[in-house]
Amino acid sequence: MAKPAGLADSAPVLETTRPDAEPTPGRLAEVGNWVDERTGLGKVAKGGLRKIFPDHWSFLLGEIALYSFIILLLTGIFLSLWFKPSMGEVEYAGSYQLLKGLPMSEAYASTLAISFDVRGGLLVRQVHHWAAMLFVASATIHMLRVFFTGAFRKPRELNWLLGVGMFSIALIEGFAGYSLPDDLLSGTGLRFVDGLVRSIPIVGTWLEFLVFGGEFPGTLIIPRLFIAHVLLVPGLILGLVGAHMALIVYHKHTQFPGPGRKETNVVGYPLFPVYMAKAGGFFFIVAGVTTLMGATMQINPVWNFGPYNPSQVTAGSQPDWYMGWVEGAVRIMAPIEWHLGSTTWSWNVFLPAVVLMGLLFTVLGAWPFVESWLTGDKAEHHLLDRPRNAPIRTSLGVAGMTCYALFWLAGGNDILATQFHVSLNDVTYFMRVAVFVGPVIAFFITRRVCLALQHADNERVLHGSESGVIVRAPGGGYSEAHEPLTEDELFTLTQHEQLAPLEATPATDGHGIPVAGAGVSKRRARLSGWFMGTTVVKVSADELHDHHDEPVPAEK
Amino acid sequence: MRSLTSRRRHKAVRPLLMLLALLVTGTLYSLAAPPQQSSADTSLVATGKGLFTQSCASCHGLGGEGTSAGPAITDVGALAVDFEVSTGRMPKAGPAIQSAPKVNLFTQTETDALAAYVASLATGPAVPTKAQYDPAGLTEEQLARGGELFRTNCSACHNYQGSGGALPNGAVAPSLLDASAKHIYEAMRVGPNQMPIFNESTMPDTDVRSIAGYLQELHAQPAGGLTFGGVGPVAEGFFAWVIGIGALTLFAVWIAARGARAR
Repeated sequence: MAKPAGLADSAPVLETTRPDAEPTPGRLAEVGNWVDERTGLGKVAKGGLRKIFPDHWSFLLGEIALYSFIILLLTGIFLSLWFKPSMGEVEYAGSYQLLKGLPMSEAYASTLAISFDVRGGLLVRQVHHWAAMLFVASATIHMLRVFFTGAFRKPRELNWLLGVGMFSIALIEGFAGYSLPDDLLSGTGLRFVDGLVRSIPIVGTWLEFLVFGGEFPGTLIIPRLFIAHVLLVPGLILGLVGAHMALIVYHKHTQFPGPGRKETNVVGYPLFPVYMAKAGGFFFIVAGVTTLMGATMQINPVWNFGPYNPSQVTAGSQPDWYMGWVEGAVRIMAPIEWHLGSTTWSWNVFLPAVVLMGLLFTVLGAWPFVESWLTGDKAEHHLLDRPRNAPIRTSLGVAGMTCYALFWLAGGNDILATQFHVSLNDVTYFMRVAVFVGPVIAFFITRRVCLALQHADNERVLHGSESGVIVRAPGGGYSEAHEPLTEDELFTLTQHEQLAPLEATPATDGHGIPVAGAGVSKRRARLSGWFMGTTVVKVSADELHDHHDEPVPAEK
Repeated sequence: MRSLTSRRRHKAVRPLLMLLALLVTGTLYSLAAPPQQSSADTSLVATGKGLFTQSCASCHGLGGEGTSAGPAITDVGALAVDFEVSTGRMPKAGPAIQSAPKVNLFTQTETDALAAYVASLATGPAVPTKAQYDPAGLTEEQLARGGELFRTNCSACHNYQGSGGALPNGAVAPSLLDASAKHIYEAMRVGPNQMPIFNESTMPDTDVRSIAGYLQELHAQPAGGLTFGGVGPVAEGFFAWVIGIGALTLFAVWIAARGARAR
């Protein structure tokens, strides 16, 4: 940060001149009129088209998820025209000679047919799979953006919950799709989930029989996953996407703080024409990128894996990335298993798979309410936090990301071992410790960085920006001249509210009678002090005023 | 000659004379010494014994009887020697978890000599003939069966397309992407390092040929784009994030930077 941050004033000016009044409406207007008179859409469109959205690149991350979902629907429809969701056994007679004559399920045979015998089938399959990877990935980074900027605060807690819900069923959707081709890898993945279901204490075996309709693998699971994958889950996601978007419209979009931006307004561009062009264009960019990836990068080469056979397993068996952290947790878990009476308690699978997944989604879902409990803040927030101004939240987030990343890496422990020429055992032992120690280290480093950035902001507000001009004083000393900041930047750096932590209210009133209800316990006050008190107090107006009275040291 | 005489006590004379002497000795030796392979009376076994003494005996003992540093190899036969030496696994560069393939510095004749010597110590399997390992002439069904055999017996360690994989304690199942049919045959019969031995009663020559043929055909197939080493979903996930999310984030930054101002 050398120079004061300026405002871009080279952007093209949007002309909003009114066209000359036309005596007769054009053909288009006539059609519009016709529709409006019968549906009343004009009113809705008038309000909707002038809806304002703020401009920031990070607000587009969620759009990537939306667009890849649309691409998934389109490519999925194409694939469903040829895919046969059946585990009936056939002898392969398609054009891939290296599997010629092998017995396999119809699901696998039709996936091979899509890859080799349907025109454009392999491209669409690969685009579908890449889009699925990007769908979950972009949902993840969108959630991270929302978390680190505090966009989940009142009034958006419910929308955050909708997002967590979509994220969790997106994993199910992705997993179901991964299992459908019935190749060796997807069958191995199903076997993993089979073990996961069976690890649930007492009822596991019965649940397995419920899900698979008998012993693994049976003949029912592919048709069942197919309906889940093409109807049930996409329908659910579609509905949730609708609700998610409706709430965005209702709440209005959040915006980053800055001059002219208030809790009560939204500064940005209207949906029509600016955001129509930007968002519409972005859809085509996402479609282009996924198509390019599908055309040039091989993904899930099912013909190499061979048909599923429960007696086989291959090195390099991993789930798609979004289940990798669960895979990793299972891989590094210590072998703890109980046998009580006739029951088996597989903690070695139940804890790292079922409990850990439950833990992630519980923590994600609970966080907005935990934070509001910590801060006691009941106000609406439409202005985003700069992550540094909420140091503990940011540090907890980075600690969580670190924990996730380490579990994730552990899921590829064999690949790490072969690619970096280290021992598989060493990687595993390291990860067993790192998943606990890594997040703690990450927490303290991030907290330090946030506080340092806050200090740097204060420094900049008080002393201005470094000009790069070194001044030699008459006495021989050197110093760098500082330039004062613009009013706009001063505002941006100091606008954030710094609420005082909650204070404990006495448990009893003046007469020694316990106070019921809304009191603040000592523990809550202590946690609130830690959460809100770990921050650098921003420059006050008086401090700023005092500093501005000082003569600016640098004169050219 | 007066000039030479006058300079014979020059300080450069001694080093120069030394250099001259070395040059003469070296030239004479190189002329007199017999080339390694040329002496007609040296049999293949004798040459092999010489090479063995030089390169192998320090670990395997002078007669192949084994030492604390290496196992006895009197009965491994020519097949094992051919595999270990021609893939560069032996001699080992140093003590390691397992002998890793490297550049083989022995010529084919030298390898044959070593194999002949070890074969002469006791009876052991011979180097396979081309008919035993060469997959040429297999039908499509036999190749497909080779694929089934590969997935059943080999892919658990060597990966679904032979890209290799990790084994416990720092050992690895090597990549088979560049392995020749002969080496695949030999490895299955020898069972190097952690690999189990597949002998002729469990895996007849035809099946070995099918496996080698399947791998050759598989690796000759065109892929659906860049394969990222053929190691499965870990690499795919990595590139989904780096290329997919990376590119789309850059596009998002670009789109947001293109503004329009209302007047």
